[in-house]
Amino acid sequence: MHRLLLISAIVIGVPVLAYLLIGRGHSAMSVDDVIKSSWATATPEWQARLSQDETQRVCSQHRNAPPAGIADAILAREKATIKYPADGKLMGDWKKGEQLAQSGYGGRFTDYPPRTASGGNCYACHQMDGKELSFGTLGPSLREYGKIRKYAADDVKAVYDRIYNPHAAIPCANMPRMGASGFLTIDQIKDLVAFVMSPESPVNK
Amino acid sequence: MRLRRSLAAFFTCLVLVVPAVALDETEKELERYRQMLKDDPWSNPAMLDADRGEALWKEKRGPKAASLEACDLGKGPGKVDGVFAELPRYFADAHRVMDLETRLVWCMEKLQGFAHADIIKRPYSKANQAGTELEALATYVASKSRGLKYQPSLAHAKEKQTLAIGEALFFRRQGPMDFSCATCHADTGRRIRLQSLPFLGKPEEARKVIGEWPAYRVSQGTVMTMQHRIADCYWQMRLPLIDYGSDATVALGMYLVNQAKGGEITAPSIKR
Repeated sequence: MHRLLLISAIVIGVPVLAYLLIGRGHSAMSVDDVIKSSWATATPEWQARLSQDETQRVCSQHRNAPPAGIADAILAREKATIKYPADGKLMGDWKKGEQLAQSGYGGRFTDYPPRTASGGNCYACHQMDGKELSFGTLGPSLREYGKIRKYAADDVKAVYDRIYNPHAAIPCANMPRMGASGFLTIDQIKDLVAFVMSPESPVNK
Repeated sequence: MRLRRSLAAFFTCLVLVVPAVALDETEKELERYRQMLKDDPWSNPAMLDADRGEALWKEKRGPKAASLEACDLGKGPGKVDGVFAELPRYFADAHRVMDLETRLVWCMEKLQGFAHADIIKRPYSKANQAGTELEALATYVASKSRGLKYQPSLAHAKEKQTLAIGEALFFRRQGPMDFSCATCHADTGRRIRLQSLPFLGKPEEARKVIGEWPAYRVSQGTVMTMQHRIADCYWQMRLPLIDYGSDATVALGMYLVNQAKGGEITAPSIKR
């Protein structure tokens, strides 16, 4: 008799309890579900931008302060993405670099089909040429960056790496991976390196 | 229109004339102007939208020839005063947490019989145009909570869940530039070029800015709602156009309003 009561309690009780706990309007909604449903009208090609790679995932999870083990994994993984120019020259034309630093064009859905090359948009976040007053402060000032470092070859390479993939030096850096993402070409990155590291560049005047 | 134009000219001069070093002066000037608007809210062009929104609210429209006066924005059918201070919230009839705009769409659909797709076909006005119907309605309803403080409800499980998702979305990095909302809004005193960025993770700063929306944007010459504000951020983040009234927009709105909890609603405010 008791067993029968127990069984009927389970048979009736469990679904009722489940309905009360999870029931209509309470079903667990995940961030991924929300992402999927909130860009439902975008094309599959554009929707692909919403999925995260491993670095984006762990940096989001740890709010850009990854624990040691994960930080090391990011450094190693991102370092491996950096590609260098075939001729080994890391500095291009600083004048072209200056234009790239000014331009914030590219990558937005209103930028397609592209009307011009994508820019580096450096001034959005960094101070560079002292005469340019319209600069952002999300990143550090790069005033006299090359001059302060005596234009050393190691620093030229470090700047190239930093633009190509900042996570290779600072895990979960705020700055975009301009080279690794393919947003800028190797030649464009060389021009930006020259803008930062060349003695003739207004950045170092 | 003349008011709009002269205001735009005034701010354009302000932005062009004032050099970067005197940026704080621009902000001070804007603050002075906001204070003037507080004293005389009708000098804000967005109040024209609010006015039109009120007319739209009361007008019998749509296939069902009904007004929105039976619309329940959270405090019962037809109640407009103070509702904006408690949105987004859970609505049992929709089994969903909704923000003001999502709820307005719901009412236009259910009460007036408009097709959902038609309502959201063109939700945002283009530069120098009068606000769309949705913008006008949202501006009207928000303006009826001026002076109140945000008091978002977290009584319902769905509201708590929406807040948690909004917070996760705020810190979620994605896209070709690895941006999240936090990339720009997670520290005090930062700027993009000359534009100051509020630290939205910090309640003191969120309280100052979130209650300003919907706001009249001088650079655009039009009113902009929170849905539009969020969509614009995602556009800058190099992501596809987010769906109007989608769960992500509502969840982010929920996070922002909770960050701004206790902050005064000054909508419609005026922004650069």
